[in-house]
Amino acid sequence: MSQAALQIVPKPADAVSETAAKRRPIRFRGRSFMALVLAPEQPLEEWYAELDGLTAGSPGFFGERPVVLDVSGIKLSPRLLAALLGELDIRKVRIIGVEGCDPKFLDGPNARLAMPVGGRAAGEISAKEAAAASTTSLVIDHPVRSGQSISFQGDVTICGSVASGAEIVAGGSIHVYGALRGRAIAGSAGDGKARIFCRKLDAELLAIDGVYMTTDELDKALRGKPVRAQLDGEILRVHALD
Amino acid sequence: MAEVLVVTSGKGGVGKTTSTAALGAALAQTGQSVVVIDFDVGLRNLDLVMGAERRVVYDLINVVQGDANLNQALIKDKRVESLSLLPASQTRDKDALTAEGVERVINELKGRFDWIICDSPAGIERGAYFAMRHADLAVIVTNPEVSSVRDSDRIIGLLDSKTEKAERGETMEKLLLLTRYDPVRAERGDMLKVDDILEILSIPLLGIIPESPEVLKASNLGSPVTLANPLSAPARAYLDAARRLRGETIEMTVPSEKKRLFGNLFGRRAA
Repeated sequence: MSQAALQIVPKPADAVSETAAKRRPIRFRGRSFMALVLAPEQPLEEWYAELDGLTAGSPGFFGERPVVLDVSGIKLSPRLLAALLGELDIRKVRIIGVEGCDPKFLDGPNARLAMPVGGRAAGEISAKEAAAASTTSLVIDHPVRSGQSISFQGDVTICGSVASGAEIVAGGSIHVYGALRGRAIAGSAGDGKARIFCRKLDAELLAIDGVYMTTDELDKALRGKPVRAQLDGEILRVHALD
Repeated sequence: MAEVLVVTSGKGGVGKTTSTAALGAALAQTGQSVVVIDFDVGLRNLDLVMGAERRVVYDLINVVQGDANLNQALIKDKRVESLSLLPASQTRDKDALTAEGVERVINELKGRFDWIICDSPAGIERGAYFAMRHADLAVIVTNPEVSSVRDSDRIIGLLDSKTEKAERGETMEKLLLLTRYDPVRAERGDMLKVDDILEILSIPLLGIIPESPEVLKASNLGSPVTLANPLSAPARAYLDAARRLRGETIEMTVPSEKKRLFGNLFGRRAA
Protein backbone atom coordinates (compact mmCIF):
# COMPACT_ATOMS: atom_id res chain seq x y z
CA MET A 1 0.00 0.00 0.00
CA SER A 2 1.26 3.42 -0.72
CA GLN A 3 0.03 6.79 0.10
CA ALA A 4 1.05 10.17 -1.12
CA ALA A 5 0.06 13.56 0.09
CA LEU A 6 0.00 16.44 -2.26
CA GLN A 7 -0.78 20.01 -1.51
CA ILE A 8 -2.51 22.31 -3.93
CA VAL A 9 -2.27 25.99 -3.26
CA PRO A 10 -5.11 27.96 -4.89
CA LYS A 11 -4.01 30.43 -7.51
CA PRO A 12 -4.32 33.93 -6.06
CA ALA A 13 -6.89 36.18 -7.68
CA ASP A 14 -5.94 39.72 -8.69
CA ALA A 15 -6.75 41.01 -5.27
CA VAL A 16 -6.45 38.38 -2.59
CA SER A 17 -9.21 38.81 -0.08
CA GLU A 18 -8.48 38.64 3.63
CA THR A 19 -10.40 35.42 4.18
CA ALA A 20 -8.81 33.60 1.26
CA ALA A 21 -5.35 34.48 2.51
CA LYS A 22 -6.15 33.12 5.95
CA ARG A 23 -7.85 29.94 4.80
CA ARG A 24 -5.76 26.81 4.77
CA PRO A 25 -5.06 25.59 1.27
CA ILE A 26 -7.19 22.67 0.12
CA ARG A 27 -5.26 19.46 0.48
CA PHE A 28 -5.60 16.32 -1.55
CA ARG A 29 -4.19 13.02 -0.51
CA GLY A 30 -3.64 10.11 -2.81
CA ARG A 31 -4.32 6.67 -1.45
CA SER A 32 -4.03 3.26 -2.98
CA PHE A 33 -5.46 0.09 -1.56
CA MET A 34 -6.46 -3.31 -2.74
CA ALA A 35 -9.98 -4.00 -3.94
CA LEU A 36 -11.33 -7.47 -4.59
CA VAL A 37 -12.55 -7.94 -8.12
CA LEU A 38 -15.66 -10.05 -8.44
CA ALA A 39 -16.43 -11.37 -11.94
CA PRO A 40 -19.86 -13.04 -12.18
CA GLU A 41 -20.41 -15.78 -14.72
CA GLN A 42 -23.58 -16.99 -16.41
CA PRO A 43 -25.83 -18.72 -15.57
CA LEU A 44 -26.19 -16.25 -12.73
CA GLU A 45 -28.40 -18.45 -10.56
CA GLU A 46 -25.56 -20.99 -10.22
CA TRP A 47 -23.07 -18.21 -9.63
CA TYR A 48 -25.23 -16.78 -6.78
CA ALA A 49 -25.40 -20.22 -5.20
CA GLU A 50 -21.62 -20.58 -5.36
CA LEU A 51 -21.19 -17.14 -3.85
CA ASP A 52 -23.57 -18.02 -1.01
CA GLY A 53 -21.60 -21.22 -0.40
CA LEU A 54 -18.39 -19.21 -0.13
CA THR A 55 -19.77 -16.64 2.29
CA ALA A 56 -21.37 -19.39 4.38
CA GLY A 57 -17.96 -21.10 4.64
CA SER A 58 -16.11 -17.95 5.68
CA PRO A 59 -18.48 -15.39 7.10
CA GLY A 60 -17.04 -11.92 7.04
CA PHE A 61 -15.25 -12.71 3.80
CA PHE A 62 -16.52 -9.52 2.24
CA GLY A 63 -16.92 -7.56 5.48
CA GLU A 64 -15.98 -3.97 4.85
CA ARG A 65 -13.83 -4.87 1.86
CA PRO A 66 -14.18 -2.70 -1.19
CA VAL A 67 -15.26 -4.80 -4.15
CA VAL A 68 -15.10 -3.98 -7.84
CA LEU A 69 -17.61 -5.78 -10.05
CA ASP A 70 -16.23 -6.92 -13.39
CA VAL A 71 -19.14 -7.66 -15.74
CA SER A 72 -17.12 -8.08 -18.92
CA GLY A 73 -17.77 -11.85 -18.76
CA ILE A 74 -21.56 -11.72 -19.04
CA LYS A 75 -24.03 -10.67 -21.69
CA LEU A 76 -25.50 -7.60 -20.15
CA SER A 77 -28.59 -5.45 -20.32
CA PRO A 78 -29.31 -2.47 -18.10
CA ARG A 79 -32.04 -4.48 -16.37
CA LEU A 80 -29.79 -7.45 -15.73
CA LEU A 81 -27.10 -5.20 -14.27
CA ALA A 82 -29.57 -3.51 -11.93
CA ALA A 83 -30.78 -6.93 -10.80
CA LEU A 84 -27.22 -8.12 -10.26
CA LEU A 85 -26.38 -5.08 -8.13
CA GLY A 86 -29.57 -5.65 -6.14
CA GLU A 87 -28.66 -9.30 -5.44
CA LEU A 88 -25.16 -8.34 -4.30
CA ASP A 89 -26.56 -5.60 -2.09
CA ILE A 90 -28.78 -8.17 -0.37
CA ARG A 91 -25.61 -10.25 0.26
CA LYS A 92 -23.94 -7.18 1.81
CA VAL A 93 -21.18 -7.04 -0.81
CA ARG A 94 -19.94 -3.47 -0.92
CA ILE A 95 -19.54 -2.59 -4.58
CA ILE A 96 -17.44 0.52 -5.11
CA GLY A 97 -17.39 0.37 -8.86
CA VAL A 98 -18.46 -1.55 -11.96
CA GLU A 99 -16.13 -2.16 -14.84
CA GLY A 100 -16.44 -3.85 -18.19
CA CYS A 101 -19.74 -2.37 -19.29
CA ASP A 102 -21.15 0.59 -21.16
CA PRO A 103 -21.43 3.45 -18.60
CA LYS A 104 -24.90 4.19 -20.07
CA PHE A 105 -26.12 0.91 -18.53
CA LEU A 106 -25.70 2.44 -15.11
CA ASP A 107 -28.46 4.88 -14.36
CA GLY A 108 -30.07 6.56 -11.39
CA PRO A 109 -28.20 6.05 -8.12
CA ASN A 110 -25.94 3.46 -9.77
CA ALA A 111 -24.45 5.99 -12.19
CA ARG A 112 -21.67 6.85 -9.75
CA LEU A 113 -20.40 3.26 -9.95
CA ALA A 114 -18.96 3.65 -13.44
CA MET A 115 -15.22 2.98 -13.19
CA PRO A 116 -12.47 4.41 -15.31
CA VAL A 117 -10.52 1.74 -17.13
CA GLY A 118 -7.27 0.91 -15.37
CA GLY A 119 -5.96 -0.58 -12.17
CA ARG A 120 -3.37 -3.24 -11.80
CA ALA A 121 -4.14 -6.91 -11.23
CA ALA A 122 -2.72 -8.12 -7.92
CA GLY A 123 -3.07 -11.86 -8.28
CA GLU A 124 -5.65 -14.35 -7.11
CA ILE A 125 -6.78 -14.18 -3.53
CA SER A 126 -8.09 -17.37 -2.02
CA ALA A 127 -11.03 -17.30 0.34
CA LYS A 128 -8.88 -18.88 3.06
CA GLU A 129 -6.18 -16.25 2.79
CA ALA A 130 -8.69 -13.45 2.87
CA ALA A 131 -10.43 -14.95 5.88
CA ALA A 132 -7.13 -15.36 7.75
CA ALA A 133 -6.30 -11.75 7.07
CA SER A 134 -9.47 -10.62 8.76
CA THR A 135 -8.16 -11.57 12.21
CA THR A 136 -7.11 -8.63 14.28
CA SER A 137 -3.62 -9.41 15.51
CA LEU A 138 -0.40 -10.95 14.25
CA VAL A 139 2.45 -11.89 16.58
CA ILE A 140 5.90 -12.59 15.16
CA ASP A 141 8.32 -14.43 17.42
CA HIS A 142 11.54 -13.82 15.56
CA PRO A 143 13.51 -10.79 14.42
CA VAL A 144 12.41 -9.30 11.10
CA ARG A 145 15.47 -9.34 8.84
CA SER A 146 16.59 -6.83 6.24
CA GLY A 147 14.59 -7.24 3.02
CA GLN A 148 11.62 -8.89 4.71
CA SER A 149 8.25 -7.20 4.58
CA ILE A 150 5.38 -8.01 6.92
CA SER A 151 1.96 -6.85 5.76
CA PHE A 152 -1.12 -7.31 7.88
CA GLN A 153 -4.53 -5.73 8.19
CA GLY A 154 -4.66 -5.64 11.98
CA ASP A 155 -2.14 -4.99 14.74
CA VAL A 156 1.39 -6.39 14.42
CA THR A 157 3.54 -7.33 17.40
CA ILE A 158 7.20 -8.24 16.87
CA CYS A 159 9.05 -10.05 19.67
CA GLY A 160 12.50 -9.11 18.41
CA SER A 161 14.09 -6.40 16.33
CA VAL A 162 13.17 -4.99 12.94
CA ALA A 163 16.35 -4.65 10.90
CA SER A 164 17.44 -1.80 8.72
CA GLY A 165 15.90 -2.47 5.32
CA ALA A 166 12.94 -4.42 6.74
CA GLU A 167 9.37 -3.17 6.63
CA ILE A 168 6.24 -3.63 8.72
CA VAL A 169 2.94 -2.51 7.18
CA ALA A 170 -0.02 -2.79 9.53
CA GLY A 171 -3.62 -1.76 9.19
CA GLY A 172 -3.60 -1.19 12.94
CA SER A 173 -0.84 -0.47 15.44
CA ILE A 174 2.73 -1.78 15.49
CA HIS A 175 4.49 -2.98 18.64
CA VAL A 176 8.18 -3.83 18.50
CA TYR A 177 9.74 -5.46 21.56
CA GLY A 178 13.25 -4.83 20.35
CA ALA A 179 15.05 -2.25 18.25
CA LEU A 180 13.13 -0.71 15.37
CA ARG A 181 15.70 0.01 12.65
CA GLY A 182 13.59 -0.45 9.52
CA ARG A 183 10.31 1.08 8.39
CA ALA A 184 7.10 0.97 10.40
CA ILE A 185 3.92 1.90 8.55
CA ALA A 186 0.87 1.79 10.82
CA GLY A 187 -2.76 2.56 10.09
CA SER A 188 -2.12 1.79 6.45
CA ALA A 189 -5.80 1.36 5.61
CA GLY A 190 -6.61 4.83 6.86
CA ASP A 191 -6.65 4.37 10.62
CA GLY A 192 -5.40 7.62 12.13
CA LYS A 193 -5.74 6.22 15.64
CA ALA A 194 -3.07 3.56 15.04
CA ARG A 195 0.16 3.91 17.00
CA ILE A 196 3.72 2.66 16.84
CA PHE A 197 5.55 1.48 19.93
CA CYS A 198 9.12 0.25 20.16
CA ARG A 199 11.76 -0.53 22.74
CA LYS A 200 14.57 1.19 20.90
CA LEU A 201 13.97 3.73 18.16
CA ASP A 202 16.39 3.77 15.26
CA ALA A 203 13.81 3.65 12.49
CA GLU A 204 14.38 4.58 8.87
CA LEU A 205 10.80 5.72 8.55
CA LEU A 206 7.69 5.99 10.71
CA ALA A 207 4.27 6.43 9.14
CA ILE A 208 0.72 6.50 10.47
CA ASP A 209 -2.22 6.87 8.10
CA GLY A 210 0.01 8.25 5.38
CA VAL A 211 1.74 10.87 7.51
CA TYR A 212 5.37 9.94 7.59
CA MET A 213 8.66 10.98 9.11
CA THR A 214 12.22 9.90 8.38
CA THR A 215 15.00 9.61 10.92
CA ASP A 216 16.42 12.96 9.83
CA GLU A 217 13.32 14.77 11.03
CA LEU A 218 13.36 13.02 14.37
CA ASP A 219 14.42 14.65 17.61
CA LYS A 220 17.94 13.31 18.17
CA ALA A 221 17.29 12.94 21.90
CA LEU A 222 14.79 10.18 21.09
CA ARG A 223 17.20 8.01 19.10
CA GLY A 224 17.80 4.70 20.79
CA LYS A 225 15.00 5.35 23.32
CA PRO A 226 11.78 3.46 23.91
CA VAL A 227 9.05 5.54 22.26
CA ARG A 228 5.46 5.72 21.13
CA ALA A 229 4.37 7.51 17.98
CA GLN A 230 0.89 8.76 17.26
CA LEU A 231 -0.97 11.24 15.12
CA ASP A 232 -2.01 14.60 16.44
CA GLY A 233 -4.21 15.86 13.63
CA GLU A 234 -1.90 15.92 10.66
CA ILE A 235 1.28 15.85 12.71
CA LEU A 236 3.15 12.71 13.66
CA ARG A 237 4.34 13.04 17.24
CA VAL A 238 6.95 10.82 18.85
CA HIS A 239 7.19 10.68 22.65
CA ALA A 240 9.64 8.90 24.91
CA LEU A 241 7.96 6.08 26.83
CA ASP A 242 9.80 6.70 30.07
CA MET B 1 26.38 -38.17 9.64
CA ALA B 2 27.76 -35.56 7.32
CA GLU B 3 27.24 -31.92 8.18
CA VAL B 4 26.50 -29.54 5.30
CA LEU B 5 27.77 -26.07 6.06
CA VAL B 6 27.33 -22.96 3.92
CA VAL B 7 29.72 -20.02 4.19
CA THR B 8 27.79 -16.96 3.08
CA SER B 9 27.51 -13.19 3.56
CA GLY B 10 25.45 -11.42 0.91
CA LYS B 11 28.13 -8.83 0.42
CA GLY B 12 31.23 -9.52 -1.64
CA GLY B 13 34.82 -9.19 -0.54
CA VAL B 14 34.24 -9.87 3.14
CA GLY B 15 36.25 -13.11 3.22
CA LYS B 16 33.91 -15.99 2.35
CA THR B 17 36.39 -17.86 0.20
CA THR B 18 39.31 -17.24 2.56
CA SER B 19 37.18 -18.42 5.47
CA THR B 20 35.92 -21.49 3.58
CA ALA B 21 39.51 -22.53 2.84
CA ALA B 22 40.74 -21.78 6.35
CA LEU B 23 37.85 -23.49 8.16
CA GLY B 24 37.94 -26.45 5.78
CA ALA B 25 41.66 -26.92 6.31
CA ALA B 26 41.33 -26.38 10.07
CA LEU B 27 38.64 -29.07 10.34
CA ALA B 28 40.73 -31.41 8.20
CA GLN B 29 43.75 -30.71 10.44
CA THR B 30 41.72 -32.08 13.37
CA GLY B 31 41.33 -35.35 11.43
CA GLN B 32 37.86 -34.80 9.96
CA SER B 33 37.28 -35.55 6.30
CA VAL B 34 36.24 -32.37 4.55
CA VAL B 35 35.20 -31.30 1.07
CA VAL B 36 34.99 -27.63 0.11
CA ILE B 37 32.74 -26.78 -2.85
CA ASP B 38 33.03 -23.58 -4.87
CA PHE B 39 29.55 -22.39 -5.89
CA ASP B 40 30.85 -19.23 -7.53
CA VAL B 41 30.37 -20.57 -11.06
CA GLY B 42 32.00 -18.24 -13.56
CA LEU B 43 34.11 -16.41 -10.98
CA ARG B 44 35.86 -19.27 -9.28
CA ASN B 45 38.49 -18.43 -6.67
CA LEU B 46 38.54 -21.21 -4.14
CA ASP B 47 40.92 -23.26 -6.31
CA LEU B 48 43.42 -20.38 -6.23
CA VAL B 49 43.19 -19.88 -2.48
CA MET B 50 43.64 -23.64 -2.03
CA GLY B 51 46.57 -23.71 -4.48
CA ALA B 52 44.89 -26.24 -6.76
CA GLU B 53 44.27 -24.12 -9.87
CA ARG B 54 46.64 -26.16 -12.02
CA ARG B 55 45.02 -29.44 -11.08
CA VAL B 56 41.41 -28.70 -12.14
CA VAL B 57 40.20 -31.05 -14.89
CA TYR B 58 36.49 -31.53 -14.19
CA ASP B 59 34.34 -29.21 -12.10
CA LEU B 60 31.06 -28.89 -10.23
CA ILE B 61 29.09 -28.13 -13.41
CA ASN B 62 30.43 -31.25 -15.15
CA VAL B 63 29.26 -33.33 -12.20
CA VAL B 64 25.90 -31.52 -11.88
CA GLN B 65 25.21 -32.11 -15.56
CA GLY B 66 26.38 -35.71 -15.44
CA ASP B 67 29.41 -35.28 -17.72
CA ALA B 68 31.84 -36.44 -15.05
CA ASN B 69 31.63 -38.36 -11.80
CA LEU B 70 32.73 -37.14 -8.40
CA ASN B 71 35.95 -39.15 -8.38
CA GLN B 72 37.06 -37.37 -11.51
CA ALA B 73 36.22 -33.92 -10.22
CA LEU B 74 37.34 -34.05 -6.58
CA ILE B 75 40.86 -32.72 -6.00
CA LYS B 76 42.68 -34.06 -2.96
CA ASP B 77 44.78 -31.53 -1.08
CA LYS B 78 48.52 -32.29 -1.14
CA ARG B 79 49.16 -30.97 2.38
CA VAL B 80 46.25 -32.43 4.34
CA GLU B 81 45.08 -35.81 3.12
CA SER B 82 41.52 -35.59 4.43
CA LEU B 83 40.79 -32.31 2.61
CA SER B 84 39.25 -32.24 -0.89
CA LEU B 85 38.09 -29.53 -3.26
CA LEU B 86 35.23 -29.53 -5.74
CA PRO B 87 36.01 -26.55 -7.97
CA ALA B 88 33.56 -24.36 -9.86
CA SER B 89 33.59 -23.90 -13.60
CA GLN B 90 35.13 -20.67 -14.84
CA THR B 91 33.70 -20.80 -18.35
CA ARG B 92 30.05 -21.31 -17.45
CA ASP B 93 27.60 -19.21 -15.45
CA LYS B 94 25.20 -19.84 -12.59
CA ASP B 95 22.38 -20.84 -14.93
CA ALA B 96 24.24 -24.11 -15.48
CA LEU B 97 23.36 -25.14 -11.90
CA THR B 98 20.20 -27.22 -11.61
CA ALA B 99 18.21 -28.07 -8.51
CA GLU B 100 18.25 -31.85 -9.12
CA GLY B 101 21.93 -31.86 -10.06
CA VAL B 102 23.05 -29.95 -6.96
CA GLU B 103 20.91 -32.12 -4.71
CA ARG B 104 22.38 -35.30 -6.22
CA VAL B 105 25.96 -34.04 -5.77
CA ILE B 106 25.38 -33.03 -2.13
CA ASN B 107 23.72 -36.36 -1.32
CA GLU B 108 26.57 -38.28 -2.90
CA LEU B 109 29.15 -36.25 -0.96
CA LYS B 110 27.27 -36.89 2.30
CA GLY B 111 28.26 -40.54 2.08
CA ARG B 112 31.94 -39.74 1.78
CA PHE B 113 32.79 -36.81 4.04
CA ASP B 114 32.23 -35.59 7.60
CA TRP B 115 31.92 -31.98 6.46
CA ILE B 116 30.65 -30.51 3.21
CA ILE B 117 31.48 -26.81 3.10
CA CYS B 118 29.75 -24.77 0.42
CA ASP B 119 31.46 -21.51 -0.52
CA SER B 120 28.63 -19.21 -1.55
CA PRO B 121 29.04 -16.49 -4.17
CA ALA B 122 28.17 -12.92 -3.19
CA GLY B 123 24.64 -11.72 -3.82
CA ILE B 124 21.29 -13.38 -3.25
CA GLU B 125 20.77 -14.89 -6.67
CA ARG B 126 20.92 -18.38 -8.12
CA GLY B 127 24.45 -19.32 -7.03
CA ALA B 128 23.91 -18.18 -3.44
CA TYR B 129 20.52 -19.89 -3.38
CA PHE B 130 21.93 -23.28 -4.42
CA ALA B 131 24.87 -22.95 -2.03
CA MET B 132 22.54 -22.50 0.97
CA ARG B 133 19.72 -24.73 -0.25
CA HIS B 134 20.81 -28.01 1.38
CA ALA B 135 22.74 -26.66 4.36
CA ASP B 136 22.29 -27.85 7.95
CA LEU B 137 24.34 -25.00 9.32
CA ALA B 138 25.36 -21.56 8.10
CA VAL B 139 28.43 -19.49 8.85
CA ILE B 140 27.73 -15.82 8.17
CA VAL B 141 30.93 -13.95 7.34
CA THR B 142 30.65 -10.30 8.34
CA ASN B 143 33.03 -7.34 8.41
CA PRO B 144 32.65 -4.77 11.17
CA GLU B 145 30.96 -2.16 8.99
CA VAL B 146 27.31 -1.24 8.45
CA SER B 147 26.82 -2.36 4.85
CA SER B 148 28.23 -5.80 5.57
CA VAL B 149 26.05 -6.14 8.68
CA ARG B 150 22.89 -5.21 6.81
CA ASP B 151 23.65 -7.64 3.97
CA SER B 152 24.30 -10.38 6.52
CA ASP B 153 20.93 -9.66 8.07
CA ARG B 154 19.31 -10.02 4.65
CA ILE B 155 21.03 -13.37 4.10
CA ILE B 156 19.89 -14.60 7.52
CA GLY B 157 16.33 -13.82 6.45
CA LEU B 158 16.79 -15.89 3.30
CA LEU B 159 18.37 -18.77 5.24
CA ASP B 160 15.22 -18.78 7.36
CA SER B 161 12.91 -18.95 4.36
CA LYS B 162 14.55 -20.34 1.23
CA THR B 163 16.45 -23.37 2.49
CA GLU B 164 15.22 -26.98 2.59
CA LYS B 165 15.49 -26.94 6.36
CA ALA B 166 13.33 -23.82 6.63
CA GLU B 167 10.77 -25.29 4.25
CA ARG B 168 10.52 -28.36 6.48
CA GLY B 169 9.68 -25.97 9.32
CA GLU B 170 13.00 -26.46 11.14
CA THR B 171 15.32 -23.67 12.19
CA MET B 172 18.67 -23.35 10.55
CA GLU B 173 21.58 -22.91 12.93
CA LYS B 174 23.41 -19.70 12.02
CA LEU B 175 26.80 -18.66 13.37
CA LEU B 176 28.57 -15.35 12.98
CA LEU B 177 32.20 -15.23 11.85
CA LEU B 178 33.50 -11.71 12.20
CA THR B 179 36.45 -11.11 9.87
CA ARG B 180 38.93 -8.26 9.36
CA TYR B 181 38.39 -7.14 12.93
CA ASP B 182 40.75 -4.54 14.33
CA PRO B 183 40.30 -4.15 18.11
CA VAL B 184 42.16 -0.83 18.19
CA ARG B 185 40.01 0.76 15.49
CA ALA B 186 36.83 -0.67 17.02
CA GLU B 187 37.77 0.91 20.34
CA ARG B 188 38.40 4.25 18.62
CA GLY B 189 34.92 4.04 17.09
CA ASP B 190 36.11 3.71 13.46
CA MET B 191 34.57 0.25 13.28
CA LEU B 192 31.48 -1.38 14.70
CA LYS B 193 32.11 -3.15 17.96
CA VAL B 194 31.49 -6.87 18.44
CA ASP B 195 28.61 -6.27 20.86
CA ASP B 196 26.87 -3.87 18.47
CA ILE B 197 27.06 -6.39 15.62
CA LEU B 198 25.80 -9.23 17.81
CA GLU B 199 22.95 -7.04 19.00
CA ILE B 200 21.88 -6.22 15.44
CA LEU B 201 22.20 -9.74 14.01
CA SER B 202 21.23 -11.65 17.17
CA ILE B 203 22.97 -14.91 16.23
CA PRO B 204 25.73 -16.69 18.19
CA LEU B 205 29.38 -15.89 17.53
CA LEU B 206 31.63 -18.56 16.00
CA GLY B 207 34.83 -16.56 16.01
CA ILE B 208 36.57 -13.23 15.51
CA ILE B 209 39.32 -13.18 12.89
CA PRO B 210 41.69 -10.24 13.37
CA GLU B 211 42.74 -8.09 10.41
CA SER B 212 46.21 -9.36 9.42
CA PRO B 213 48.58 -9.25 6.45
CA GLU B 214 49.06 -13.01 7.00
CA VAL B 215 45.66 -13.65 5.35
CA LEU B 216 46.63 -11.95 2.10
CA LYS B 217 50.06 -13.53 2.19
CA ALA B 218 48.54 -17.00 2.53
CA SER B 219 46.03 -16.35 -0.30
CA ASN B 220 48.82 -15.30 -2.62
CA LEU B 221 50.75 -18.43 -1.71
CA GLY B 222 47.71 -20.54 -2.57
CA SER B 223 47.41 -21.95 0.91
CA PRO B 224 44.70 -21.68 3.59
CA VAL B 225 46.10 -19.48 6.36
CA THR B 226 45.76 -22.30 8.90
CA LEU B 227 48.24 -24.33 6.83
CA ALA B 228 50.49 -21.52 5.63
CA ASN B 229 51.19 -20.10 9.07
CA PRO B 230 49.34 -22.01 11.81
CA LEU B 231 50.79 -19.86 14.58
CA SER B 232 49.68 -16.53 13.11
CA ALA B 233 46.82 -14.68 14.81
CA PRO B 234 44.20 -15.28 12.08
CA ALA B 235 45.16 -18.96 11.81
CA ARG B 236 44.72 -19.43 15.57
CA ALA B 237 41.32 -17.70 15.36
CA TYR B 238 40.22 -20.02 12.52
CA LEU B 239 41.53 -23.11 14.34
CA ASP B 240 39.52 -22.09 17.44
CA ALA B 241 36.43 -21.52 15.28
CA ALA B 242 36.82 -24.98 13.74
CA ARG B 243 37.01 -26.55 17.21
CA ARG B 244 33.84 -24.66 18.19
CA LEU B 245 32.17 -26.11 15.10
CA ARG B 246 33.05 -29.54 16.42
CA GLY B 247 31.25 -28.72 19.64
CA GLU B 248 34.14 -27.75 21.90
CA THR B 249 33.75 -24.81 24.24
CA ILE B 250 36.62 -22.40 23.82
CA GLU B 251 36.83 -18.97 25.35
CA MET B 252 36.23 -16.22 22.80
CA THR B 253 39.34 -14.09 22.34
CA VAL B 254 40.76 -11.99 19.54
CA PRO B 255 44.22 -13.50 18.99
CA SER B 256 46.99 -10.97 18.35
CA GLU B 257 50.46 -11.37 16.89
CA LYS B 258 53.03 -12.00 19.59
CA LYS B 259 55.73 -9.36 19.43
CA ARG B 260 59.12 -10.97 19.29
CA LEU B 261 61.38 -9.42 21.87
CA PHE B 262 64.08 -8.31 19.49
CA GLY B 263 61.87 -8.27 16.45
CA ASN B 264 62.02 -4.56 15.98
CA LEU B 265 65.63 -4.14 17.01
CA PHE B 266 67.18 -6.80 14.82
CA GLY B 267 64.46 -7.27 12.23
CA ARG B 268 66.51 -6.23 9.25
CA ARG B 269 69.97 -7.12 8.24
CA ALA B 270 72.24 -4.62 6.57
CA ALA B 271 72.50 -5.52 2.93
